[in-house]
Amino acid sequence: MIQVNQLSKKYNGTTVLNINNLEIPKGQSFGLVGNNGAGKTTFFSLLLDLIQPSTGSIKNNDIQVNTSENWKSFTGSFLDESFLIGYLTPEEYFYFIGDLRHQNKADIDALLVQHEEFFNGEILNNKKYLRDLSKGNQKKVGIIATLIGNPEVVILDEPFANLDPTTVSRLKKIIKDLADNPNVTVLVSSHDLQHTVEVCDRIVALNKGEIVKDIQTSRETLQELESFFAV
Amino acid sequence: MIKKFIYLEWKAFTRSASFGASMAMKILIGFFMVYFSIIFIGAGVGAFYLLKKMNLEPLVTINKFLIYYFLFDLVIRLLMQAIPVLNIKPLLVLPFKKPTIVHFSLGKTALSFFNWVHGLFFIPFSIVLIIEGYDVLGIIFWFMAVFSIIYINNFLNIILSNIDKLFVVFVGIALAFGAAQYYKLFDITVFTTPFFQGLYDIKGLFLIPVLVLVGLYSFTFKYFKSNLFLDAGLSKKIDIATTENLSWLNQFGTLGTFLKNDIKLIKRNKRSKTTLIMSFFFLFYGLIFFGNSQQPVVMHIFAGIFVSGGFLFVFGQFVPSWDSSYYQLMMTQNIPYRGYITAKWWLIVIATFASTILASFYLFYGWEIYLTIVVGAIYNIGVNSHLVLLGGAFTKTPIDLSSAGGAFGDKKAFNVNTMLLSLPKILLPLGLYGLGLYFGDKTLGLILVAGAGVLGFIFKDKVFSLIEKRYKIEKYSTISAYKQKN
Repeated sequence: MIQVNQLSKKYNGTTVLNINNLEIPKGQSFGLVGNNGAGKTTFFSLLLDLIQPSTGSIKNNDIQVNTSENWKSFTGSFLDESFLIGYLTPEEYFYFIGDLRHQNKADIDALLVQHEEFFNGEILNNKKYLRDLSKGNQKKVGIIATLIGNPEVVILDEPFANLDPTTVSRLKKIIKDLADNPNVTVLVSSHDLQHTVEVCDRIVALNKGEIVKDIQTSRETLQELESFFAV
Repeated sequence: MIKKFIYLEWKAFTRSASFGASMAMKILIGFFMVYFSIIFIGAGVGAFYLLKKMNLEPLVTINKFLIYYFLFDLVIRLLMQAIPVLNIKPLLVLPFKKPTIVHFSLGKTALSFFNWVHGLFFIPFSIVLIIEGYDVLGIIFWFMAVFSIIYINNFLNIILSNIDKLFVVFVGIALAFGAAQYYKLFDITVFTTPFFQGLYDIKGLFLIPVLVLVGLYSFTFKYFKSNLFLDAGLSKKIDIATTENLSWLNQFGTLGTFLKNDIKLIKRNKRSKTTLIMSFFFLFYGLIFFGNSQQPVVMHIFAGIFVSGGFLFVFGQFVPSWDSSYYQLMMTQNIPYRGYITAKWWLIVIATFASTILASFYLFYGWEIYLTIVVGAIYNIGVNSHLVLLGGAFTKTPIDLSSAGGAFGDKKAFNVNTMLLSLPKILLPLGLYGLGLYFGDKTLGLILVAGAGVLGFIFKDKVFSLIEKRYKIEKYSTISAYKQKN
């Protein structure tokens, strides 16, 4: 589904990301782990055509992301709060995204009902604008909004950060359900090795912009990763 | 301890976004500052002699209008002067004494532009009065009293700024007094002039405003000190959200989706609301030119452009910065750039149209004047709306929607590219109109300007493709610029 070719990103001569070759097949749930500054967000930003690569290219479903915009119709993403429109209520935000993705109100309502438990009664009908919600609740809105319009590629940057323990376990279930769907490719980045191991089929570890590990998840994966990152 | 504060302030100043602007910008901003300072100082010096020439007693005349001056000052402050509260938070847990923090942050407001700008007028005016033989002690007392009142306004603004709709009340009061005076129903200045004059005549009367100022300061101090907690004075005000469907816009498809969002954007954010009020004031800009025989006729088209173009100039200028806080979202949704730009264009067109209708009170000056405004509107829709959107591709200033400051043009938004693009907005119609006047009459001038507008309208699709291309080229640098919040 996603092909990375000779991709690199440099800022003032410093290479922050350098991936020679990476292929993510359709339906895989892909986890990206690494320390701060390893290049996780840079990789996702390149994948979403938010920054320009210094060399190489990324193809999303055979569409090169920085030349055509057609990948946008089947890709859902949430990187950070700058993906939220602060002056809208959560409902208005969902309907707005729904309109852009050609979903009608009933489709959105059905999706919201499905995730009522995840919202934990703190999101809908609360008479609050998104800007006044807590960080965790903002994140819940952003994550569910990526699912609008049944995207084939879902990209979540640090989805577990800022969430309470109950919500984390509910989120894991949502991601696992997505991963079970053979048509959906999920890309998740995280600092938290255990969460990532639990929800992903394959884990890639980045260090200073380079791929240093690429493993199919098994029982030993967590231990392997922990010993790698322990210094 | 104060030294540490000054160190922090100095860093905040030199590292602020506007200070980082390029050299050319600094020169331009400097030029504007000097220009306005000279105007104010010139007014301060000239006012005396001008009033004298009109056979008016200068000091009495100024005193007569002071009440309106102060009311107006308060309105402007409520609208634009920001209250520095936010950067107090990190200081709370450090070993600073609370009174020091409060004194410092109140003292900081005293140095605000909104205070010292008045000095540019009153200091030269007072000096001229002394030179012209007025009682030195009296003038000094008068000056102290006037400045006390300016600072009373400063602290009133701090206390009152928490109440959102208050400035409307003050505008109402000012307008009511003004209207009552104009129609000779009730003259507020009859009561206030003797007081302001008394500040000069009666020694000791100046103590009243000075004492009020001292009282107000200590009140503000106590108020702030008792509210220096995260859940009290430093808490963010949380609005009660209202949901709006605006479902009648659904029939316009994607365009309707964007329009819905833009309407909510304007209604729910302080900055954009201020902008809307500003653009309303533009409606009255023509009053300076029409019916004023001293202005050259060619300037009529200038007024015609501005009367209907208020929204275009103050809102349109900052497209797409209005969406800066969630620009990354917009760039990852399947939105065609064209749809996005078209929605903004329609918003500008609707506002221009509404302004033209609201401006129909200019019919009072005759058909010809109103026709000038209509022609200005045609030009605004046909040419200026495109220029403003094109300029937007170069305006990479993130807009903090929640703050009201900077509505008169963010300093950083002045960049060379947008400056160049704003020239044809005004100069081109002026030139066309002048050409028409030179070779024919007003009618020919109007036809030329309207013709340019219609031409722009005809080539709309071509121009839009051009704008779209420009936005795409600028996409990455715009995203990275919007990420750098102050």
